[in-house]
Amino acid sequence: MSSVTGVSLADKTPGPHGGAPLSGDGAGTGRLGDRLFGGAAKGAGLLVIALVTLVGVFLLWQAIPAIANDKVNFLTSREWSVNDSNNLRFGIVELLWTTVTVSAIAMLIAVPVGVAVALFITQYAPTWLSRPAASLIDLLAAVPSIVFGIWGLRTFGPVFEPVQNFLRDTIGWIPLFSDANISGGSTILFVGVVLAIMVLPIVTALSREVFAQTPITHREGALALGATKWEMIRVAVLPFGKPGVISAAMLGLGRALGETIAVTIILSTLPDGSKWTWSLLNGGETFASRIANNAAEFDTPQKAGAFIAAGLVLFILTFVVNAIARIVIDRRKAFTE
Amino acid sequence: MTTSTPAVTSSGSTKTADSTPPSSRGGSPTGLGHKARGRAVKDQIARVVMWGAFLLALIPLVWILWTVGSKGYHLLLDSTWWTNSQRGITSRREGGGAVHAIQGTLIQGLTTALISVPIGVLTAIYLVEYGRGRLAKTVSFMVDILTGVPSIVAGLFVYALWVTTFGFQRVGFAVCLALVLLMIPVVVRSTEEMLKLVPNELREASYALGVPKWKTIMRVVLPTAFSGIVTGVLLGLARVMGETAPLLILGPYTKSIATDLFGGLMPTLPTMINQDRTESLPAAVDRMWAAALTLILLVLLLNIAGRVVSRFGSVKK
Repeated sequence: MSSVTGVSLADKTPGPHGGAPLSGDGAGTGRLGDRLFGGAAKGAGLLVIALVTLVGVFLLWQAIPAIANDKVNFLTSREWSVNDSNNLRFGIVELLWTTVTVSAIAMLIAVPVGVAVALFITQYAPTWLSRPAASLIDLLAAVPSIVFGIWGLRTFGPVFEPVQNFLRDTIGWIPLFSDANISGGSTILFVGVVLAIMVLPIVTALSREVFAQTPITHREGALALGATKWEMIRVAVLPFGKPGVISAAMLGLGRALGETIAVTIILSTLPDGSKWTWSLLNGGETFASRIANNAAEFDTPQKAGAFIAAGLVLFILTFVVNAIARIVIDRRKAFTE
Repeated sequence: MTTSTPAVTSSGSTKTADSTPPSSRGGSPTGLGHKARGRAVKDQIARVVMWGAFLLALIPLVWILWTVGSKGYHLLLDSTWWTNSQRGITSRREGGGAVHAIQGTLIQGLTTALISVPIGVLTAIYLVEYGRGRLAKTVSFMVDILTGVPSIVAGLFVYALWVTTFGFQRVGFAVCLALVLLMIPVVVRSTEEMLKLVPNELREASYALGVPKWKTIMRVVLPTAFSGIVTGVLLGLARVMGETAPLLILGPYTKSIATDLFGGLMPTLPTMINQDRTESLPAAVDRMWAAALTLILLVLLLNIAGRVVSRFGSVKK
């Protein structure tokens, strides 16, 4: 398995970078073959940098004209009518609200459960079970999003509906759970639950990696002082793994923010001009699902531009989240080396 | 980060033999590992919670596989599923197969792999064997960012480039370009991991024999890490074949066989599922589940193959 955390057992083996670095390579690098090969490798690296830059630049370039022609404030308006290219009115505030709440619900469920599963695999599972258990959870990551979508809509949704009705009837006086007349499981809350299942394997895999690397001295030290297994985990494993768990959560969040097809399939879209509600039992659209729902009708550049602008905001959002995850990991590496 | 030896004080429950246990039951301290009742209970609760979390996480996996398997398997047993397309079949009628979508998914997947594997492996070689200083850090950072790019954004980017800028039609190859963006980071990360595991002694031995660096990488390092690279490629393929979002923007569905990457639309399994997902007519619904099962089987096969390769061919220490 590849490590996304950037920390791995491989760091312990003295490679060309870590441990005892070779002074020079001991190999001639002046030959033509070396220059070509090294150049190709460097070129590929530069290409990766160029790709990410291009994504940002292109989206920005296509989005600017549309945002410039926008008749309402792009950041604070709830409207979205882009059929008349002389009267573009679109804003992202509602998309942002839905995207953030759906992802927040997903993280609230996936992070605790994911960390618990990772602790189970690394600390509690019997030896014969820990590998298969890890593989099983990884299999969950292999299930394509669209399958989550149809399963969520047709199979899990009807099962979850009573839970929603119960919430509505018991704590409906809280604005978050007020009645919104959305039938079935097509609500923000339910999509959050499905997304939690989808990001769980990511959170688990990364947390597992850091927990497995807890220094054995810390663990044995705790046990030698008479700690129970749970106390050992609390004083040795969790503090050590905390940065890793934070970055795992961040990467999971990045996935949840950008998840498209499952949200598109499950979440009810709201008719134009519907009232603003705080309710999680309402429908809505995220950035990704708004783009996907309208993908068939990108005909004029302006119209496509409005959706590309939404895509740009999503790109910036995920970029920031992933960058934070990366920075947390880097700081941790500086600590452990 | 604690670097000192941790002391069990956070719960305030480290007991010495002469301290009175906090519980009202007054359990007398026993000889070895005298744990006050409360601590033992907490320990047991934690154990139950961890097991519970694991079993809870298994429920959706089993449930999804069972749902898709039980609803989709009977169509897969029919040979027409693997030989016919949906040409001329309406959602009312039963019959037809998924060969057009299976072909499309495989063609696009392989094309994507052909483009992303060289770029990904070379980038990993750069990061491990050549990269020093700020440029390498930047490349590594960008790979991370690429890992996190939502697939719909990759699709939009290719749309902005391919359709609005160059004015081309939406074709299969445009989908591949979007998928390349998603596959490169997977290949880079897994390859990098493997190259780091190749023992330095091998490189040094090769240099000592006067072999140039590029030949050392090609003939010693890459073969040693080969299985890990294959694993990364298979996992990357599994990811892109199940991807739907870019296909919505770039590759609308058609019912007939199409194998031309540069002309016309190309049907795939995800778009086939997407086509029928709003249907309520039994024939179309059956086809949707069967297509979903076909896709899951394809992706799981790739995944399992990847794991088997990595299990049996990892770098020997």
